[in-house]
Amino acid sequence: MRDLAKRFGATTALAGMTWAARRGQVTAVLGPNGAGKTTTIECAEGLQRPDSGEVRVLGTDPWQAGPDHRAAVGVMLQEGGLPNASTPVRLLRHLAAFHRSPADVDALVERLGIDAFSGTTVRRLSGGQKQRVALAAALIGRPEVAFLDEPTAGLDPHARLDAWDLLRQTRDTGCAVIVTTHSFEEAERLADHIVIVNRGRVATQGSIAELTGEHSLEKVYFSHTRESAR
Amino acid sequence: MSPAQTSTVPARAAAPTRDRILAQTRFETGTLLRNGEQLLVALVLPAMALVGLALSHSPSLGPGARIDVAVPGVLALAVISTAFTGQAISTAFDRRYGVLRLLGVSPLGRSGLLVAKALAVLMIELLQFVVIGALGLGFGWQPKWIGLLPAALLTLLGTWAFVALALLLAGTLRAEGVLALANLIWVAFLALGGVIVPPSQMPAGLSHLAALLPSGALGSGLRAAFIDGQLAVVPVLVLVLWAVVATALASRTFAWSD
Repeated sequence: MRDLAKRFGATTALAGMTWAARRGQVTAVLGPNGAGKTTTIECAEGLQRPDSGEVRVLGTDPWQAGPDHRAAVGVMLQEGGLPNASTPVRLLRHLAAFHRSPADVDALVERLGIDAFSGTTVRRLSGGQKQRVALAAALIGRPEVAFLDEPTAGLDPHARLDAWDLLRQTRDTGCAVIVTTHSFEEAERLADHIVIVNRGRVATQGSIAELTGEHSLEKVYFSHTRESAR
Repeated sequence: MSPAQTSTVPARAAAPTRDRILAQTRFETGTLLRNGEQLLVALVLPAMALVGLALSHSPSLGPGARIDVAVPGVLALAVISTAFTGQAISTAFDRRYGVLRLLGVSPLGRSGLLVAKALAVLMIELLQFVVIGALGLGFGWQPKWIGLLPAALLTLLGTWAFVALALLLAGTLRAEGVLALANLIWVAFLALGGVIVPPSQMPAGLSHLAALLPSGALGSGLRAAFIDGQLAVVPVLVLVLWAVVATALASRTFAWSD
């Protein structure tokens, strides 16, 4: 994406956002609340249309892109987006039916421990359980690009490790995995490329080695985002 | 790229449009049928209304065999329950929880979702018509069978109008507000809207109002179809007007997230 700008009324959400994510890499988008992470991801998913600038995902403008494009892009929304009345496995089988060659639902369910609560309606799941179902939903189409908005928020440490393993494995299939996160640990342990955003633009970016040098990621993060602290 | 290379790349293609829409229709229909409150509004309440009307003498439904007047009214009530109240509430909560957004970026897409919702409503209505019709026949209902054709047209138009009205509510108000308002409007349609009690049997001022409401138009149209075997023109025009206006407003105001 190049030079993305987006305003909501008087609020500037994006002010010249420019970065790229590669296939076969995990890209972590790190930044304080209100820095424009979710808006950026939503522009890439085709849920928001930027006021100016250019987004290309797999060479396509995601705004009103066709079904085959949407089939190649996996999405995990921050609010989940799961229908409350369904049970996890019924929902995942249903979402798989939108794809010509989906992932193995049973394997994904077992991998993320969803089988332990497969008969419970989404409404009654805990936050962490919902996160796991939403992550499975994003990966159900074996995507070439996956946009995951805070995929491990609310997961217990074991579930988080499982999710990281799955994301690494997804990356190793050649998928471009893009995660937003508040967790330095997640960025450090998972990401091949880190984009630190602040006030609607990129503050700095690079591999963990490039960014940190002799300082910790935490230190680098605060030095680039401190002025926005209230 | 050589053919050998392309064949090793797994195809991340969407399933065919028809399959995606039918899958979503099945999913939505199944969800509605598993939901106790929805079933109550869609089947149990209309069936209870029919039993009550069949076994009592009030309210007065006017001239003609009482059961012949009652069944088309209850069918109209069933359409309103599913197409209006049920859709308004389920769409409002789907919007609240981001379901509409997630399905919008899935291979199904927004237009596929709308078509599937409309088909799911029609599936439920078919079930309602079978159950209520059978119950009516049990009570001695004698419809003009030729009236099935105009009744089908009226039902399609009524469904269009009521789904559009439902989306108008669901796409603009908060989910809790939709829940309250959609139920309240259902009661208002039932009490004053000319659904069960024909507009002609209502007090002078109310009867004109009821005839111009989509509820009264659908009720009157279905009664004309099953009692006289005729296509009533005024109800058709009233429903088309409501449908066109509500569709125009809904497509302008509908927000996919709240």
